[in-house]
Amino acid sequence: MHRLILAFALLLGLTPAVSAQTLQDILQTHADEVAKPGRRTVGVVLDDLAASGLPGVAVFLEKWQDKSVWQRDDGQFFIAAEQADTLQLTDIDSGEETSAAKDTFTQLKPNGGVRRVIATALVQFQLMDPDVERRTTAVASIARRPDASQLGPLLGAIDGETDAALKARKIQLANFLSASFAENTEDRIAAINSLSTDTSVEARAVLNQILTTSPGLATSLPTDQNVAGVLTPGEDMTRDEAYRLLVEAELAAPRTPPDVIRAALEANVVDGRVGNIPVAQLGSTANRERAYAQLAAVGTVAPLVTQSDRNAAIDEFIFFETYDEEDKAITQAAAAALGAVENRVAAGQTIDLALDALSLASIYFLAAIGLAITFGVMRVINMAHGEFIMMGAYTGYVVQLFVPSYTASIIIALPLAFAVTFGAGVVMERLVIRHLYHRPLETLLATFGISIALQQLAKNIFGTQARPLTSPEWLDGALVFSDVVQISYIRIAIFVLALIFLGLILYVLKRTRLGLEVRAVTQNPGMAASMGINPDRINMLTFGLGSGIAGIAGVAIGLYAKVTSEMGADYIVQSFMTVVVGGVGNVWGTLAGASLIGFLQKGIEWLNPSNTLAAQTYMILFIILFIQFRPKGIVALKGRAAAD
Amino acid sequence: MDKTFIGRNPSVLWFLLALGLFTAGVTILSEAGLSVISTSFVKTLGKTLCLCLIAIAMDVVWGYCGILSLGHFAFFGIGGYAIGMWLMYARTEGIVVESLSSQVIPPTPQEITDAIGNQIFGVVGSSEFPAIWAFADSLFLQLLMVILVPGLLALVFGWLAFRSRVTGVYLSILTQAMTLALALYLFQNDSGLRGNNGLSGLQNIPGFEDTPQSTISLAFFLGSALALGLGYLLFAWVVSGKMGSVIKAIRDDEARVRFLGYQVESYKLFVFTLTAIVSGIAGALYYPQAGIINPAEIAPIASIYLAVWVAIGGRGRLYGAVIGAAFVSLLSSWFTSGGVPAVNLGFYTIQWTDWWLVLLGVSFVAVTLFFPKGIGGLFDYLVRKPS
Amino acid sequence: MPRSGLSWQKPPAARRQHHCCGAARITRTCPNKGQRDTDTGIIVSMTKKSFSAAIGAALLASTSMVAAQDCADPIKVGVLHSLSGSMAISETTLKDAMLMLVEQQNAAGGLLGCEIEAVVVDPASDWPLFAEKARELLTVSEVDVIFGNWTSVSRKSVLPVIEELNGLLFYPVQYEGEESSKNVFYTGAAPNQQAIPATDYFLEELGVEKFALLGTDYVYPRTTNNILESYLKDKGIAEEDIFVNYTPFGHSDWATIVADVVALGEDGKQVGVISTINGDANIGFYKELAAAGVSADDIPVVAFSVGEEELSGLDTSNLVGHLAAWNYFQSAESEANEEFIAAWKAFAGEDRVTNDPMEAHYIGFNMWVNAVEAAGTTDVDAVRSAMYGQEFPNLTGGTAVMLPNHHLAKPVLIGEIQADGQFDIISQTSEVPGDAWTDFLPESAVLTSDWKDLGCGMYNTETETCVQLTSNY
Repeated sequence: MHRLILAFALLLGLTPAVSAQTLQDILQTHADEVAKPGRRTVGVVLDDLAASGLPGVAVFLEKWQDKSVWQRDDGQFFIAAEQADTLQLTDIDSGEETSAAKDTFTQLKPNGGVRRVIATALVQFQLMDPDVERRTTAVASIARRPDASQLGPLLGAIDGETDAALKARKIQLANFLSASFAENTEDRIAAINSLSTDTSVEARAVLNQILTTSPGLATSLPTDQNVAGVLTPGEDMTRDEAYRLLVEAELAAPRTPPDVIRAALEANVVDGRVGNIPVAQLGSTANRERAYAQLAAVGTVAPLVTQSDRNAAIDEFIFFETYDEEDKAITQAAAAALGAVENRVAAGQTIDLALDALSLASIYFLAAIGLAITFGVMRVINMAHGEFIMMGAYTGYVVQLFVPSYTASIIIALPLAFAVTFGAGVVMERLVIRHLYHRPLETLLATFGISIALQQLAKNIFGTQARPLTSPEWLDGALVFSDVVQISYIRIAIFVLALIFLGLILYVLKRTRLGLEVRAVTQNPGMAASMGINPDRINMLTFGLGSGIAGIAGVAIGLYAKVTSEMGADYIVQSFMTVVVGGVGNVWGTLAGASLIGFLQKGIEWLNPSNTLAAQTYMILFIILFIQFRPKGIVALKGRAAAD
Repeated sequence: MDKTFIGRNPSVLWFLLALGLFTAGVTILSEAGLSVISTSFVKTLGKTLCLCLIAIAMDVVWGYCGILSLGHFAFFGIGGYAIGMWLMYARTEGIVVESLSSQVIPPTPQEITDAIGNQIFGVVGSSEFPAIWAFADSLFLQLLMVILVPGLLALVFGWLAFRSRVTGVYLSILTQAMTLALALYLFQNDSGLRGNNGLSGLQNIPGFEDTPQSTISLAFFLGSALALGLGYLLFAWVVSGKMGSVIKAIRDDEARVRFLGYQVESYKLFVFTLTAIVSGIAGALYYPQAGIINPAEIAPIASIYLAVWVAIGGRGRLYGAVIGAAFVSLLSSWFTSGGVPAVNLGFYTIQWTDWWLVLLGVSFVAVTLFFPKGIGGLFDYLVRKPS
Repeated sequence: MPRSGLSWQKPPAARRQHHCCGAARITRTCPNKGQRDTDTGIIVSMTKKSFSAAIGAALLASTSMVAAQDCADPIKVGVLHSLSGSMAISETTLKDAMLMLVEQQNAAGGLLGCEIEAVVVDPASDWPLFAEKARELLTVSEVDVIFGNWTSVSRKSVLPVIEELNGLLFYPVQYEGEESSKNVFYTGAAPNQQAIPATDYFLEELGVEKFALLGTDYVYPRTTNNILESYLKDKGIAEEDIFVNYTPFGHSDWATIVADVVALGEDGKQVGVISTINGDANIGFYKELAAAGVSADDIPVVAFSVGEEELSGLDTSNLVGHLAAWNYFQSAESEANEEFIAAWKAFAGEDRVTNDPMEAHYIGFNMWVNAVEAAGTTDVDAVRSAMYGQEFPNLTGGTAVMLPNHHLAKPVLIGEIQADGQFDIISQTSEVPGDAWTDFLPESAVLTSDWKDLGCGMYNTETETCVQLTSNY
């Protein structure tokens, strides 16, 4: 109904539009479509505007797309800029500037679909525009809505292009368009063949579009169509699906579902019986079918379609798929090109998955490395480790409150987070952990107490809402190798950070006086003390170091995910498992544990992409089993140091 | 034997006496008697008794045998799920059969099953009965599962873990991983146990639709008290006598016990499995009172809390676990109810809903540091004072 | 300020006459009144910092004082929102909103001549605790109505208690439908008031041909996605063009999923994402989306659980143009909304934002107040009858109507995310009546809910029988 009216409007609107003198006149004839545009209805306006050839069309369309066109209460349209309560108005035709109060105007807000249609209409104005940004926009619009009519103008715009990158992009796009829309078969096949190395989503889209198929069925395989392949019911498609196609083609009677049988029986109860079966006995499927058969025998209802009827019907026909493209040469070329592309895509996806796994592993590593020191080296179970991560993240948030530059704030936040959590770790070690070195299981309880207290404190101070921690601009976006292989810079940064800490900790433990003393105290505190090492001081510093690293991990994790009071709890169990799987007391072990868990999780996710939760479940089950068979982890310490 | 173990452990009699008096008192004061205690409080007390039961199980496995299990709530949850499946199935079946009986034609068994499935799983966007519900129509089988499933899980898990000599902190983390894996599994909608929604409406007992909740909750309260009493007796018997000595010796020095020729693994496995079964029973009594069970119940943090109750109450003494569980969970419930008056410090007002967890956390630390024997340790003072 | 009229001084027999445990409350067991008076809730009267409306309160003070003296006892409103635990992030705001609404109503003279008293409890995001607290509110604090819950599971936990004790619950959050309780008024959106219009917008306006339904693994996304899948198939979208993925609560590792979504475009179809991702998992999701350079022009994302509150946790400059569907946005232009926002900022703080569930509480509370006044009592059955057909102006313009199926008729708004964390409303429908049972699942299509005339929330129109009177939980 609605569309009918629009069609009328189109017919009526066309004639005055041609004779219209100004842009405003054209817009007024379509006032409703301009004020409340829809993707399907806006075309009329755009066609008329384009046909008018008026100079202001391009500007108007850009402004309209930008939500900078306003309608006055009397229906007149203006280009306007908002300034507090007033509008700086520009007349659409004359360009005359005035200003007016906002309350008599309504802003036009074309939705995303309409904006895209407008962008397509703008292509013809923008493709040759001197401004490179406009040209880029135009090319992007073509990519979003490829259309046969754009091929000519695009080819024409390639030679004059001065920007090298944009020129390459135009050639690529022209290739896409040629593959689909070129006039003669040779051009299309040439274009298709050139796509066989392009793994971009767009290229695959072009090839897939050429290769779209529709299902068909017949008693024998047709020879006059471009058949893509034969479908065997039960293998390539379910038998139910095959039968559904038969019913749709009106080649078989629809099956009789149980509720239809029941309804038919209910409608035909006579004297408490259906046929000769009493109603009370109709509580079983077999009796119902018998009663239905009796009804069908006298013609009251349609006959029952049994399983064997359906099988017979299915077996009579051949089911197949035909290409929508009729030219066999083109579909063959496209299929070959797509096959080649898909091999590359599969390789790319494997690499991408590996990158994701590497990134996940580095996040786990970063979260767990602090724990590897406190738990692995000192054998102290710090359940509040997650809360140190949280403290680090909140430190980052607080710094960003005071330092507006994101780059500077991160540079300040990293050492500050270390300092804050180092301090917190030292305080905790002095006040609590020191007294519990001989009761490891009780440290677990005490630190758990600290953990829930810290979590609640964070809630009381920062509120329960997630807080923003924004990465600097140079970490925005992703390193793009192709449409398939890419990784965000923030993940690369986390990876680098993890590497730095791996190096740093190895250096501290293996190459410095402190590290030597730490190892000495770990192995034999009494002997170390007799050598003049102060075990108290070493324990304090080690614990502080582990906590401080957790703080830095917090900043990193906050940057890529979220900052909430509960973020630490998400990582604590995972981190413990990382350390235990890797092997306690060894930094390399933690690295191995994090890698194993990261890669394993991504691997399981890949096997079952629709359910991430299942992946996590199976991963933990795997870890449980793994520990049964390697109780000391991947990198097990040997000798006396390994004793509990 | 009985005489000796109770004789050696006079606290058993005192405990049973106290429990009996408490139960009688609550019954008299409840809405069935003087109506001083509300139904919701009877439910809270009944649930607390179940928590006390799992706490003494925890005490036996940790306080006596030295295995800090951070996964016993998994068994508790399994018990709850097992009974919950029957409760949901039977209640829904009643509704469905009644609604289908108004049709002209009697329903087929398939139609009844489909309708029940649709009622139970329609909520979570599915309507088919998963295989795991195969026995849900039988109360007896589901009750059997309350015992068998936690028992078998503990047996298999324990056998694997103890056999590979996973001990101490490692075992704690492993048990934590076990409960986390189970929770994550149940969180999935595809697990067939209604995912995050869990099983609900469990307080409505099929067959007792017309009985008021005040009566039902009192019945469950009494049942929980009975279970706690029996559980206490059972564990008091287990930890006394020769077996008890071996168990405690394992806690104190596992290697030495092994060198003395004892099958350490078998003892540990026995304790682990037995406590798991008792935990399952406690869960089966708890969730019909709570009304709903869902995977969040068995998240690792619940089991850690359990350990904390036992620590606060006092390890290595059964009544300590009971005191700890009752004290902390009731206090928790009181503080979060908002009934505790806020403290105005002039510059800041302490709302206890905000600060209770901070207080709780700090008190864990304080108890661990300064009262390693927990509240139960105070009894030692009282007992020793005269001498 | 005197606290709630010193009710403990009153003789027990005179207490709470306006909802005495009489014949009207059939299923409710008579609480032991007078034996004890332990109101466990935080009692909130006018102790909060005054805000603009308090000036009005001062003017009205004399009248309301007189009124309060006529009143036997304040009318109690239970607030059942988590103040701690994982849901506190969303629910604390609603508790504050309720306190503000109660304060405003008291400033305007209270209700039936009585002061309204908010009884706040903390169910701590613990689902069984919701049932316990609901029972406590109804039997110990003896509240007249409860406003509360956010998650579906918490509602399912409370349902049996509310139905057993014949309480009254106003539930303010968009939910999956497929439920109808005699004792619950659903002031949030049913799927046909949010998900279906948003999907229509995708199909009609954005021309989306391939759908990625991403959700957190719990009942609301599961059911909503089920409904949408079936709806999309009706609309001619093939099964292989619908990609479904579920992630756990608080999920943060989104790289692979975002890559999967981008790869959906490989057959040249327009891809759109319908997100039912809950809570803070959204932050990681949108950050990854921005990092992957997925612009709203390429792959639009419409979210059903992302509002102003969630966006305050991240920088939205890279997300401009992505969408959300709600019944309310803070940016809605109306006088009522401006007043509401001003009052909220004065009450809760300048940096606080308003959101859709707050509007639901605003409408629900005012409708309840009007229904109580119409009924002249706070008795649950009388108020319920008076609720049907209640009208109250929306903050977004137009009027919300309470339907006999306990849902509201409300307009559906679609907004585009802006750089300042607000939404630009680009589409607004006329009022859509909420539908308890979806038309797009075969089992539910035959069901209807009508508590006014049919007296049944799960009525099978095919067999013309009432399937059950209690709700399915």
